[in-house]
Amino acid sequence: MFYQEAGQFSTRYAQDRRVFRLRQDRYGLVALLLLAFVGVPYLGNDYWFSAILIPFLVLSLAGLGLNLLTGYAGQLSLGSAAFMAVGAFATYNVELRVPGSPLLLSMALGGGVAALVAVLFGLPSLRIKGFYLLVSTLAAQFFVTWALTRFSWFSNNSASGVISAPRLEILGVDLSSPVGRYLLTLGVVVTLFWLGKNLVRSELGRNWMAVRDRDTAAAVMGIALLKTKLLAFAISGFFLGVAGALWAFTYLGTVEPHGFDLNRSFQILFIIIIGGLGSILGNFLGAAFMVLFPVLLSNLVALLPAGLIDAGQMENLQKMAFGALIIVFLVKEPEGLARLWKTFREQARVWPLRY
Amino acid sequence: MEFFFEVLIGGLLAGVMYALVAIGFVLIYKASGVFNFAQGAMVLFSALTFVSLLERGVPFWLAFGISLTAMVLLAVAVERVVLRPLVNRPPITLFMATLGLSYVIEGFAQALWGAQVHGLELGISDEPLELGGMLLSQFDIFAAVTAAVLVLALSLLFNKTRIGLSLRAVADDPLAALAVGIRLQRVWVLVWAVAGFVGLVAGLLWGARLGVQFSLSLVVLKALPVLIIGGFTSISGAIVGGLIIGASEKLAEVYLGPVIGGGIENWFPYVLALLFLLVRPAGLFGERAIERV
Amino acid sequence: MTQTQAKATQVEHLLELENIGVSFKGVNAVTDISFAVVTGEICALIGPNGAGKSSLLNVINGVYQAQEGRIRFAGQEHRRMRPHDVAVRGIARTFQNIALFKGMSVLDNVLTGRTLKRRSNWIEQALRIGRAAGEDDRQREAAERVIEFLHLQPWRDTLVGKLPYGLQKRVELARALAAEPRLLLLDEPMAGMNADEKQQMSRFIVDINRELGTTVVLIEHDIGVVMGISDHVVVLDYGRKIGDGPPDEVRQSPEVIAAYLGTRH
Repeated sequence: MFYQEAGQFSTRYAQDRRVFRLRQDRYGLVALLLLAFVGVPYLGNDYWFSAILIPFLVLSLAGLGLNLLTGYAGQLSLGSAAFMAVGAFATYNVELRVPGSPLLLSMALGGGVAALVAVLFGLPSLRIKGFYLLVSTLAAQFFVTWALTRFSWFSNNSASGVISAPRLEILGVDLSSPVGRYLLTLGVVVTLFWLGKNLVRSELGRNWMAVRDRDTAAAVMGIALLKTKLLAFAISGFFLGVAGALWAFTYLGTVEPHGFDLNRSFQILFIIIIGGLGSILGNFLGAAFMVLFPVLLSNLVALLPAGLIDAGQMENLQKMAFGALIIVFLVKEPEGLARLWKTFREQARVWPLRY
Repeated sequence: MEFFFEVLIGGLLAGVMYALVAIGFVLIYKASGVFNFAQGAMVLFSALTFVSLLERGVPFWLAFGISLTAMVLLAVAVERVVLRPLVNRPPITLFMATLGLSYVIEGFAQALWGAQVHGLELGISDEPLELGGMLLSQFDIFAAVTAAVLVLALSLLFNKTRIGLSLRAVADDPLAALAVGIRLQRVWVLVWAVAGFVGLVAGLLWGARLGVQFSLSLVVLKALPVLIIGGFTSISGAIVGGLIIGASEKLAEVYLGPVIGGGIENWFPYVLALLFLLVRPAGLFGERAIERV
Repeated sequence: MTQTQAKATQVEHLLELENIGVSFKGVNAVTDISFAVVTGEICALIGPNGAGKSSLLNVINGVYQAQEGRIRFAGQEHRRMRPHDVAVRGIARTFQNIALFKGMSVLDNVLTGRTLKRRSNWIEQALRIGRAAGEDDRQREAAERVIEFLHLQPWRDTLVGKLPYGLQKRVELARALAAEPRLLLLDEPMAGMNADEKQQMSRFIVDINRELGTTVVLIEHDIGVVMGISDHVVVLDYGRKIGDGPPDEVRQSPEVIAAYLGTRH
């Protein structure tokens, strides 16, 4: 009864096209944004910013990047972490070698470089379909991590290949505090999600889904497969690159190749599987799950008699629980948490009736 | 020149071991239509079980038998819990399920047996053998011979026995096989058991070479380039693919390595496979799927 | 010159096939096929299963390349074209086994059909500036026209995968129509339909032809439908043409009867 749409009609196409057609949804979104930009900085503490919110936001963005490529365009990829690494290192190098470059521009350029690398490893998608495409992105994953460690130019000749993040400031405002980093991340993520949402609902997004569902039919209708696929790699690479830069600069504070290994790629893939392939909201849900689940699990274990499960076992337990959850999701709810949310909303619309 | 051959043969021998691992994948792909990402974890699990039993004083063949049984039980459980509920889904979904499965099995294996590296002694000396002026590892030769024998046995199984015929039928068209009275469940369990056996042997050989540890599963990932080159559905393809990957990897490491930098064997097989795919999208021996519009 | 002869010289052949031959790894799908489709007519391609009809459609469409022969569309040579180029030329088609984008709604599927009519590029669309601004409305209007034409309004937001078979076929037709094609290729548009659905689909096809002026080439097995709505029938058997002409003429040809139509017992 609170969530119903009685009395809200669209009289023009533009109204029908809105992302949030219900007034309640629009108010909800505004409230959420206010909470995120204004409320949380006041109420949150440093731990929440540094350990929960920032990784949550960055992982959402990374999930979005992969989702555009895999969930919408149907090109399976296991190289997400590699593209993140490229973005992180490229941003670092731009900041380093182009003095006075604004932070946001450096990140955009870093994303751009990641986009180019992604396109390079995405070229085979024109000849290879489906599962075999994995090889290309796997090659990217291993090659990039090797190259970044091997050629010390990337890490400014530091001995271990690890570098620390540059100063975070925009227009003279220092953003290196936890709140500052949080707001920077939030701003970037919200902007890119807005862009992503527009893309997904545009002709390009439809073309991606067409290529995903039936590419021969798509070609027959005049969709340019080459351009569509490569754009998917490029835009996905850009998003992942920016996410990588954020991950390194606002979350970790350092940049090193080994944090962007195959396990990270799997992590991003899991986020979008659990969150929901081909969904925008799903990225947030999957990332939230990924960040909160370990915390939840360790809290649960803390309830058990002390010493029953030690720290090492915790990791194994987490691994097993994760894997099991992936399987459960794939079996029971292949469209992920996003679908669960949708179902919940649909029930809310007719509440207190049943259907 | 002799050095070249030495490196080449070393690579080929390693390649046979890759082929062995790849055959496990081929078997499962043929029977269940899925690239079993969890194969690596299963190999690790079986090798860990074997080694841990040995360390606790269990005699060799008993430990082998127990590990094999464990693998078979694991296979049956996987088929029931993971494969059956997902039977009609697209292959991507199945692949992702095996991804999740690999996490479960890895976590379980390490929870059970611990995460340290275990050395594995198979009783074969590592002294190099001199053959025609070249130094070859005795162990590598032994591994190659074992693998070859296994491959031969498998080919005989597939091509000359009635069970083999049923296996091929199921691989080709499960519904049709069902229609002629083949018991799918039995066949699947059998295939996974055989794959488990192959996996165990491969795990032992690789484990003796590298030590039984976590990175074993990464070695198994190399099976993907092998399968790309050789095709996912052919055992002979797996052999040829394994040899090509093994040899080229070694050669690249020795000849290209000093030029570009060490550690290229991490990505070289993948790039090679990629180039291959661009020329032959279905691999050397694989079946070209004809898309009916 | 008689009136019909004068008319014949004025009439344009939209599609001309000359000696088309297609083979797959040595197996001939079609051999030496020649016929012409007049602009604005409904031309039916009939024949037993395996006669090569779908292959012929795939050739016209650019999905297969013919090994021999020539195709002319609207006077222009048409060899070695990829599906994308064929679509640009103004040819749209439906598929025998529905090739809809199952993950999208009816409206979205129809909108994908409008892809060639778009002028804005993806950047403009992402930032919602420039040409993208008014275009969404225009594309939606065009899609709605097609949806209205085929009576699909109640299902415009439904996920295509959830629709019954008959409706899916209609959506595929809508998607093809959305491109405003000059030539529409229909591959068994009525397969699996009952008598009522077939009637409805036939009416739609005739409407498309008469009201929109679209030339139609369709493959169909229901001879009643074929004889009822087509202006021109081409009969294939074992990859060869055994009949070509107006329905009445073809219906009485002894070869066609022997191969396909059968005789009254």
